[in-house]
Amino acid sequence: MQERVIEKAAQLLESGACARVLGWKTGEFFYDVTPAVFTSAQQVRQEMVFSPFCGANLSKYLIAESRKEGKVGVFLKPCDSFSFVQLQKEHRILRENVYAVGVQCQGMSDIEALKALGLRGITAVQAEEDRLTVSTLYGEKTVALEEALSLRCRSCKSRALHDCDELIGDQGRDLDTDRFGEVARLEAMSPEERFAFWRSQLSKCIRCNACRNVCPACSCEKCVFDDPNSGVQNKAAADPFEEDLFHIIRAFHVAGRCTDCGECTRVCPQHIPLHLLNRKLIKDMNALYGPYQAGSDFDSKPPMLTFTQEDPEASIITEGRGIQ
Amino acid sequence: MQRIGVFVCWCGSNIAATVDVVQVAQALAKEPGVVFATDYQYMCSQAGQDLIGAAIKEHGLTGVVICSCSPRMHETTFRKTCQKAGLNPYMVEIANIREHCSWIHKDKPTATEKAVILGRAAIAKVHLNAPLTAGTSPVTKRALVIGGGIAGIQTALDIADAGFPVDIVEKKPTIGGKMTQIDKTFPTLDCAACILTPKMVDVSQNEKIDIISYAQVEKVQGFVGNFSVTIRKKARYVDESKCTGCGLCTEKCPQKKVPNEFNLGLDTRRAIYIPFAQAVPKVATIDPDYCSMLKSGKCGVCAKVCAAGAIDYKQQDELITREYGAIVVATGFEPIGMDKFDEFAYAQSPDVVTSLELERLMNAAGPTGGTLLRPSDGTHPHTLVFVQCVGSRCDGGEKGKPYCSKICCMYTAKHAMLIRDKYPDTEVYVFYIDVRTPGKNFDEFYRRAVEEYGVHYIKGMVGKVTPQDGKLKVQASDLLGGRQLHIDADMVVLAAAIEPDKSARPLATMLTASMDTNDFFTEAHPKLRPVESPTAGIFLSGACQGPKDIPETVAQAGAAASKVIGLLSKDALTCNPCTAQPDELKCNGCSSCENVCPYGAISYIDKPFRGPNRTTLIRRVAQVNPAVCQGCGACTVACPSGAMDLQGFSNKQIMAEVDAICR
Repeated sequence: MQERVIEKAAQLLESGACARVLGWKTGEFFYDVTPAVFTSAQQVRQEMVFSPFCGANLSKYLIAESRKEGKVGVFLKPCDSFSFVQLQKEHRILRENVYAVGVQCQGMSDIEALKALGLRGITAVQAEEDRLTVSTLYGEKTVALEEALSLRCRSCKSRALHDCDELIGDQGRDLDTDRFGEVARLEAMSPEERFAFWRSQLSKCIRCNACRNVCPACSCEKCVFDDPNSGVQNKAAADPFEEDLFHIIRAFHVAGRCTDCGECTRVCPQHIPLHLLNRKLIKDMNALYGPYQAGSDFDSKPPMLTFTQEDPEASIITEGRGIQ
Repeated sequence: MQRIGVFVCWCGSNIAATVDVVQVAQALAKEPGVVFATDYQYMCSQAGQDLIGAAIKEHGLTGVVICSCSPRMHETTFRKTCQKAGLNPYMVEIANIREHCSWIHKDKPTATEKAVILGRAAIAKVHLNAPLTAGTSPVTKRALVIGGGIAGIQTALDIADAGFPVDIVEKKPTIGGKMTQIDKTFPTLDCAACILTPKMVDVSQNEKIDIISYAQVEKVQGFVGNFSVTIRKKARYVDESKCTGCGLCTEKCPQKKVPNEFNLGLDTRRAIYIPFAQAVPKVATIDPDYCSMLKSGKCGVCAKVCAAGAIDYKQQDELITREYGAIVVATGFEPIGMDKFDEFAYAQSPDVVTSLELERLMNAAGPTGGTLLRPSDGTHPHTLVFVQCVGSRCDGGEKGKPYCSKICCMYTAKHAMLIRDKYPDTEVYVFYIDVRTPGKNFDEFYRRAVEEYGVHYIKGMVGKVTPQDGKLKVQASDLLGGRQLHIDADMVVLAAAIEPDKSARPLATMLTASMDTNDFFTEAHPKLRPVESPTAGIFLSGACQGPKDIPETVAQAGAAASKVIGLLSKDALTCNPCTAQPDELKCNGCSSCENVCPYGAISYIDKPFRGPNRTTLIRRVAQVNPAVCQGCGACTVACPSGAMDLQGFSNKQIMAEVDAICR
């Protein structure tokens, strides 16, 4: 797969079909893979990677890249394609300036998942089908990809590319994975327990803004947290109230638009399970307004932006703790 | 810095009895920016308004806070006062210290403290107010009346009489409504058809009135003066323009076993039918649930016998979209179902009937030709028991309705009197909780039933009705006599409670008109604006607003019409300047606001912006049409980046109010 992706990227640039290609390259460490824009085939062959560490969702970069001169090529995994569609629905990506290459994916790993398997001193990882060959200071080990999956890939929602111009690998299907088990566990807690859980998590926040900056739904021209007129500008994590409020406001701002891509949790340096806030809102919306998956198609209207006569008028007063 | 004046109203004792108004004025005088604060007995009176005007001039006020009743009541009054004194009317804020404070608190210190806090919030808002100027929007000079019963008919006739075109949308094949099913009307006993059918003819012959029958409102857009309504005209499979109403098809149709809804299922009609002889429009309708041609493609008799060639089995529903300046709701009522009242054996015996069914059994055009006969065996009944308040005045409202249906006392007296008059050999008992007969000549009418016609009125309720050996065993209590009664009745008549028509609830949603817990439409003010909905441009006529008899309905219908005429006679309406405004620099162009806007006021343009390094960026940004925007604020909460803001209710103003309350 690695070779086919890199060859495609090089070919797009060599043929002149694209002026730029969005892909991934290695950062400080081999497992620290970062999004990158390539402008020549030579650069692609030297730097571009497609490894089990290419979790980063490239869709958001298209907001800026699709507005530049010439076409931009982009590689999208199935889960990334939801964000791609959602951003098109919001008129943020100029589709005609994008050449999207879908890449089928068996799930991504990350260094935390490998370390959790007891592997130490990891120097390189090679992917073959459903197995990972891990080179360590203490020798070579083989692990099943399924066991080394990153947290979000364990509840993968789809193997289907929802919009692309061509596809490397076979088209897959949406999966019926239960994504809400952890949310249900939190819902079962007493309000005090739940508050204690979220305090223990959110108090770790250092307000680095990584979650916001990586989030494809958080793509406002001017974020309310940067706006002097919003009343919440530059609110650092000075006290528990500000720590909580930042994440709660963010969850509400992306409600109905969040595709559950899981980037927020992936990039959090403090390992806060931020995706659970979004999933709770998705679960509630599904319960109230019927199943809805942001970014799964071009025609459906998001439940938070439509009004129908059948809409339930859920009351936090009569229903106490909201939707369970 | 604003120069703010605070005016605290006593509202007589409405506010002053629970709120220390002097203390409120003194406390608010110390707020930043407040240069003048006072209290007065009736701020809305001429003297109160003069006081405000004088203070604006004397103290050079730039903002005014009035602590008084709800802004719904007097905001317009005080805006006008300030405008007269040279202040922009949108520099006025009302702190509602009556409905939100004095009326709901008993303890004076608590209420006083809350009044001060509410005043403080209003002051905080005024600090951020900016002068606004209202534009105007044109008025479409056409009215829509939803419902073609006596309420809708009267409203339409009155509006048309003033020269404005009116459309009536009626869901049934004919206009006329419930009144067409009624035999005689109280308290004069003139026949309903004799007074209604001429009005129906007037409607059909009036050039200004367009009847859209067998149709329902599907979608409502727009706002006062500028509604756009989509009406679904259901396929009746008969070309209205060709059908002459000769009725031959309704005699030849082989499908004879269709329950006749006009006679409440007491007899049958054909699959193609004209509801009754005086129907308007007098056009046949095919019932698709029973027509064998439509169901299986076999038959076609009606098409063969129709000389006019009006039958069209391929007819489709038609969608009509029209513009209106005003909408009148006249959706009327329905008697409630009797399925929760097993004790009266309504389901077990055909001789237990509702009062509306009795109307049909006594009507000359009804299934018995006007002779009162028992539905079970067609014999003449000798003992009749009337049960009042079936489903009305039910505590808790689980089985029935908590309210009084208002019309049952009178029509039961009418039924009892008519039966005793026509059949002197009958015994008639009426069981009641109370007899309520307020109304001109109403009590006299009831007393005649008792005194002249010898109807047995018994205070108490019927506990059980048991069909046995062709009789109805009625077990009841006589509360005044303190005894149990057992009556062998031939017929039992139930005065079923009335409820709003089922179509009212979805219609209210489409109109954004509010309803009460019983699904009756709410009026803008129960005393001062009884025929207007709180939603501008929506008016209420008849029983959709509450139980009513015919004289009251007709009076309200006329009142609604006069309000509509007042609106339509204006060429333009002053717009609300509190409209949404996008901040283009923050707008993402994501269409969230456009999706939620109920008025279609938002569109997008591609606009060039200065980018970094002297580049130009083309961005999609929202634009609001201020003539269409109604200032509902849906867009401001939908906008993820906070680019949309409402003039006069900006996020900043609202946050300032919240901060002032939490301080």
